[in-house]
Amino acid sequence: MSGITLTNRKKVLEKKKLSFSESLYLPAIFGGMLITLKHFFMKKATISYPDVKRPFSKVYRGKHVLKRDDQGRENCTACGLCAVSCPAEAITIVADERKKGEEHLYREEKYASVYEINMLRCIFCGLCEEACPKDAIYLTEDLTPANFTRQDFIYGKDKLVQPLNESCHPKTNQPYIKDGKPYEYKNPVYTK
Amino acid sequence: MEQIIFIILSVLAVVGALAVIFSSNAVYSVLFLVLTFFAIAGHFILLNAQFLAIVNIIVYAGAIMVLFLFVIMLLNLNKDSEAPTPALARIAGAIAAGLLMVTIVGAFKGLSQGSDVALRGGEIGTVSRLGQVLFSDFLLPFEISSVLFLSAMIGAVMLGKKNLKDS
Amino acid sequence: METALFLDKLILVVSVFGASLGIAMYSTLAERKFAAFFQDRLGPNRAGLFGILQPVADGVKLFMKEEIIPAQANKFLFILGPSLFMITALMTSAVIPWSTPLDLGDRTMELQVTDINIGLLYVFGVVSIGVYGIMIGGWASNNKYSLMGALRASSQMISYELAMGFSIIAIIMITGSMGLKDVVNAQSTELFGISGLNWNIFYQPLGFLIFIICAFAECNRTPFDLPECEAELVGGYHTEYSSMKLGLFLFAEYVNMFISSAMMAGLYFGGYNFPFMYELGLSQNALSILGLVAFMTKILAFIFFFMWIRWTIPRFRYDQLMHLGWKVLIPLAIMNLIATGGVMTFMASK
Repeated sequence: MSGITLTNRKKVLEKKKLSFSESLYLPAIFGGMLITLKHFFMKKATISYPDVKRPFSKVYRGKHVLKRDDQGRENCTACGLCAVSCPAEAITIVADERKKGEEHLYREEKYASVYEINMLRCIFCGLCEEACPKDAIYLTEDLTPANFTRQDFIYGKDKLVQPLNESCHPKTNQPYIKDGKPYEYKNPVYTK
Repeated sequence: MEQIIFIILSVLAVVGALAVIFSSNAVYSVLFLVLTFFAIAGHFILLNAQFLAIVNIIVYAGAIMVLFLFVIMLLNLNKDSEAPTPALARIAGAIAAGLLMVTIVGAFKGLSQGSDVALRGGEIGTVSRLGQVLFSDFLLPFEISSVLFLSAMIGAVMLGKKNLKDS
Repeated sequence: METALFLDKLILVVSVFGASLGIAMYSTLAERKFAAFFQDRLGPNRAGLFGILQPVADGVKLFMKEEIIPAQANKFLFILGPSLFMITALMTSAVIPWSTPLDLGDRTMELQVTDINIGLLYVFGVVSIGVYGIMIGGWASNNKYSLMGALRASSQMISYELAMGFSIIAIIMITGSMGLKDVVNAQSTELFGISGLNWNIFYQPLGFLIFIICAFAECNRTPFDLPECEAELVGGYHTEYSSMKLGLFLFAEYVNMFISSAMMAGLYFGGYNFPFMYELGLSQNALSILGLVAFMTKILAFIFFFMWIRWTIPRFRYDQLMHLGWKVLIPLAIMNLIATGGVMTFMASK
């Protein structure tokens, strides 16, 4: 060996004979017991999870949500920028034209009839969120739960679009403000 | 009451002892022998000799038979590995056993004429009584037997050491 | 009076059994809780308040589980093993004196199932039989890991029984009796002018150290849990066991722990004697009940100590175990014995 070491933190272990007090083991045992006793009374590192949840970081990026505006219309106009910007190519969009009488469902004249995100491909980078010109897609604090089949990881609009009776902003979880007071959301009436 | 217990214990002891000989599995033999020891310990208690009873259990059932069991379990004895016994050995064994029986019967015959002085007082088996007898009347045999044990122990240590030196 | 005595004993036996099993049951919960606390976790807290129903849930789970007896196993011995282990674990409690006699008006009730004059030896006998449960169970499983566990258990128990016996002989020499009640009563006298504090620990600290190490080994507790270590032996002697038969093995370990805690408290820490027990001028019944409380407190403290050690110290290697037992503890115990005898002779001659 030419004396090249991978790290300068190398320590040579010397095997010395134990001194008398060391060979009794008892001081070491009592020292160890003191340490464990200290931990006995320490603040616990774990929490009772489903009852208590740890706060997420403000910049945490979890499951996507397709936002509705303050009248319950989908924001997405199916421009495809999110799909283009996605480095993992996880997003699939099929665009469709808004028909008459669907104005209360879609804000823009074009909308995504199919919007799928493959959660197995998604790397939760948040580029879709940044690319979106219509303020339509957000990454929330929800987790994408485990599943049994690969098919179930392809989230469609049923899982992505914000539920109708939920009127708060997906990212801030604050209610929409209209005229200086919280907006009271009414479910739109669907007529076809 | 005492009679009934005596009969139960005796039956247990005899049946257990027979089962030791007749069971084909060596592990069963050991377990039956332990059962026999327990029955004998029960007899000691009936004779008010608790110390002997419990020492019988600790030393024989608790230590020696555990070692026996230990060895038998490691050897994995079964029918296939059983060594065949030639006819000559069988005859020799039968003669030896017969001689032993004659000796025992003779010994018992002599015993029946002895007095039951040992059983007098009712507390022959208690620890203090036993200790006094051992350390006064039987001091020399007691010490000699302890020397015997010591020599056996030293022998065992020497046997254990011998391999160490060779290598 | 015969029936009254019989009833007394019956009540006592049932309550001692109940108490042993109850404490063992909650020891399992305590073990899990304490393990969690020592490792900065919360521990089981779902079943009931603070998880107090957890042992019940565990018991129900074990009863409901599928019972599997391996095809190659020896059926009778396979069932006999755990039963024997449990029986011997419970039998020891018969000679432990729980407190001073209760005064029931026309008669007194001894809080000890039976006071035989060889109580200490009885405990040894029963403990030495306990190893059969493990050996039979391990052998009957027809599994090499089980067999290895059983062999380790038996050799370990035989080795440590010797040192334990030597350390107890010193106690017998001091007391002059093998009855457990005599040993405990001898500790009720005065020390430094305080009654009920004449504990053997002040005379036999080395003996106590040897005894407690051996007690750990006899109970197969960490750091001496080689017979059932998961890493090498996949559970050791109870690898093949399932359902309540496994439960009996695990449960008997906690009963053993309770009994050996009671032995340590009784032999070295004064049993039901507590400081100032006679200065307070208590009635006989109050003394008895307080004594029981004191004894139980000591036992629970020892059980806590058992768990504390378990979650602190790693397991021994097998050769270290044998080295400690034969080359350290037994010579130490014999030295302790000789020193005790020497001091006693010196005191007697003075």
